[in-house]
Amino acid sequence: MFAILATVIIAFSILSVIERKILRAAIYLLFVLVATAGLFYMMNYQFLAGVQLILYAGGIVVLIIFSILLTSQINSKLDRPKKTHLFSAILTAMGGIGLSVITIFQFAFVPTPAVAAEVNMRTIGLQLMGTGEQGYALPFEVISILLLAALVGTIFIARKK
Amino acid sequence: MIAVSTLVFFIGLGGVLIRRNLITMLMGIELMLNAVNINFVTFNHYLFPHRLEGHFFALIVMAIAAAEAAVAIALIINIYRKFATVSVDDVDELKY
Repeated sequence: MFAILATVIIAFSILSVIERKILRAAIYLLFVLVATAGLFYMMNYQFLAGVQLILYAGGIVVLIIFSILLTSQINSKLDRPKKTHLFSAILTAMGGIGLSVITIFQFAFVPTPAVAAEVNMRTIGLQLMGTGEQGYALPFEVISILLLAALVGTIFIARKK
Repeated sequence: MIAVSTLVFFIGLGGVLIRRNLITMLMGIELMLNAVNINFVTFNHYLFPHRLEGHFFALIVMAIAAAEAAVAIALIINIYRKFATVSVDDVDELKY
């Protein structure tokens, strides 16, 4: 299962980067995000998988497709990137991959003997609003302020002059 | 798992670097954020399964990604209204 999901994620993310029809690139991005939700589901984080589907696949991809339809022709192709750009981007990506993979394989990850916590809606809700040990009320409130600010800012930016 | 997220992150980085279109660059950034989320959840699940820190961090990253995408798309629409293009090469009024 993991192999299938990993293959889908990597293949479609490469496709979404090299695809020259911009709408298809957005659809490939949708496949990557759905496969990531599958990965979360595989690790028993059902809530996170649901949020990933609703927020990314349902929200962000729809926003991106809307903006594509508003700003470009439906089957317009992107320009081919310049050779120097392409070469330097691939070099940067390859260098980064090499460095990260070397670092990852040098580090010995030690799994804890602790038994896995049960991740159900009750635990998530209590921790998200909790203020004590393992409580995340402060980030939750900060996020709500940020969302309000983003809402107001977006309306202000996109309003008609 | 970490190898997958590393690959996706750098594919997204490459996408940001090779494209000159604002929307495709935003898609590259979404790929990178998604890779970071995979990383957080993986570390949470395999190294600290008795706590939920990575889980909540991934949730918060998702909320921020949504806010960021909304603001970025508002900016892109506004740029398109003003310049009638979404290519970063043509939007250079502040550059010189």
